[in-house]
Amino acid sequence: MSEKKQQVSRRQFLNYTLTGVGGFMAAGMLAPMLRMAVDPVLQESGHGDLTNVSLAVEDITTDPQRIDWKVKQVDGWYESEVNRSAWVFKDENDEIQAFSPICKHLGCVVSWEGSDEYPDQFYCPCHDGRYYKDGTNVPGTPPLQPLDVYEQEVRDGMLFLGDAVPREGA
Amino acid sequence: MLQKIYDWIDDRIDITPIWRDIADHEVPEHVNPAHHFSAFVYCFGGLTFFVVVIQILSGMFLTMYYVPDIENAWKSVYYLQTEVAHAQIVRGMHHWGASVVIVMLLLHTLRVFFQGAYKKPRELNWMVGVLIFFIMLGLGFTGYLLPWDNKAYFATQVGLEIAEQVPFIGEQLKTLLAGDANIVGAQTLTRFFAIHVFFLPGALFALLAVHFILIRRQGISGPL
Ligand code: HEM
Ligand code: FES
Repeated sequence: MSEKKQQVSRRQFLNYTLTGVGGFMAAGMLAPMLRMAVDPVLQESGHGDLTNVSLAVEDITTDPQRIDWKVKQVDGWYESEVNRSAWVFKDENDEIQAFSPICKHLGCVVSWEGSDEYPDQFYCPCHDGRYYKDGTNVPGTPPLQPLDVYEQEVRDGMLFLGDAVPREGA
Repeated sequence: MLQKIYDWIDDRIDITPIWRDIADHEVPEHVNPAHHFSAFVYCFGGLTFFVVVIQILSGMFLTMYYVPDIENAWKSVYYLQTEVAHAQIVRGMHHWGASVVIVMLLLHTLRVFFQGAYKKPRELNWMVGVLIFFIMLGLGFTGYLLPWDNKAYFATQVGLEIAEQVPFIGEQLKTLLAGDANIVGAQTLTRFFAIHVFFLPGALFALLAVHFILIRRQGISGPL
C-alpha cells in the first residue's frame, strides 16, 4: 500500500462500479419496456383521405341534416369499416358546413334541435350542453369549445369529408 | 399429524416467531365491538381488504375464460355467464364486489377522517391510503371496459375524454391509455386488460403491504 492519500477508497470504487453496472443493467431492461408502452404516443397520427359521403351538394339545405358514412379504419392489427356522422348544412353565405356530432364537453353525441326547449341549437343530452347553429358553444353550458369541423371538398357535385379537426381560436 | 408436520418444519427453520410477529398481538379494548358496539367502525379497513381478496380471487378465475380481444371479449363473457357452471356467481362477485370495495373504502376513510386518526404520526399512512384509493378507481375504470359491451365502450370513451382534459399532457395521456390517438379499439382493450390484471394489482399489493406494515409499527390510534 502506498502512503499517498487515496482519493477513492477501494470500497467506494467497488460501490460506484456496482451501482453503475447495476444501473446500466436496470436501464437496459426497463428502456425497451417503457419505449414499448409509450409507442402509441410517439406515432404520427395518419391523415385520412377524403371519402364520398353520398350527399349531392344540391341536396344540402340550410337545415342541418345528419349524414352517416363509413370509412376504413386500421386499429393496430385490426382492420374494419367504421361509421362516421356529421351535421351538414349551408350557412347564410351559402357555404357548406360539416360539424362533428361529438360533444366537446365529454364526448357524447349532439343533435340538431335535440331538445324542444332550444330550437335552432345543437343539443347534448348528457349534461345539457348546447351549441349555436354555427357550432360555437353556448356560454354557460358545459362545452368549452365549438364543435369540430370536418375537412371537406366538393368533387363532381358530391360532398367528400375527411377528418374532424378542432377549430382555430376556440 | 398436523402438529407433527408443524414441529418438523419448526424444528428446522423456526417459523414460530414469524407468524407470532404477524398474528399474535392484542386487540385494544376500544377497537373491539364486543366491548363497545360502536367500535364496529374499525372493521371497515378489514372489510375493504376482505373485498379486495374476493376481487383478486374472482378475477383470477374469470381470466380462465376471458379473452381481451375485441372479436371475442364479449362472447367469452357471455359464454362464461351462460354456459359455465357457477361462473355467473363468480362474475357476480367480481361485478358487485367492484362497487362494494369502493363503498367500504369510503366508509373506512370517513372513520379515519372523523376520528382524526390521520394526524401525526400517521400522516404517511393517510397518503398511502389516498394512493390506494386512486389505484382502486383505476381498477374500476379499466375493468369496466373488459366486457366490451356498449356500456363499457361508451363509458371508456367518456373516461378517456376526461383524461384528455388534463392540462398540457392531456392528449398524450389519452393516447397512452387508449393505445391510439383516435380509436377506442383492439389496442385499448389489450392495454386496459394488462393494466387491470397486472399493473394495478401489482401496485395495489405493494401499497397494501406498506399500509399494513405502517399500521403494525404505529399501532391503531387511541380512543377518542
Ligand atoms: C380491487 C380490485 C379490482 C376491482 C375493483 C375490479 C373491477 C372490475 C370491474 C368493475 C370489472 C367489470 C365487471 C363487469 O362489468 O361485470 C372487472 C372485470 C374483470 N376483472 Fe377486475 N377488478 C379488480 C381486480 C381484478 C384482478 C386482480 C383480476 C385478475 C387477476 C381481475 C380480472 C378481471 C377480468 C378478467 C374481468 C373481465 C370479466 C368480466 O367483465 O366479468 N380483476 N373488474
Ligand atoms: S358530454 Fe355533452 S354536455 Fe357533457
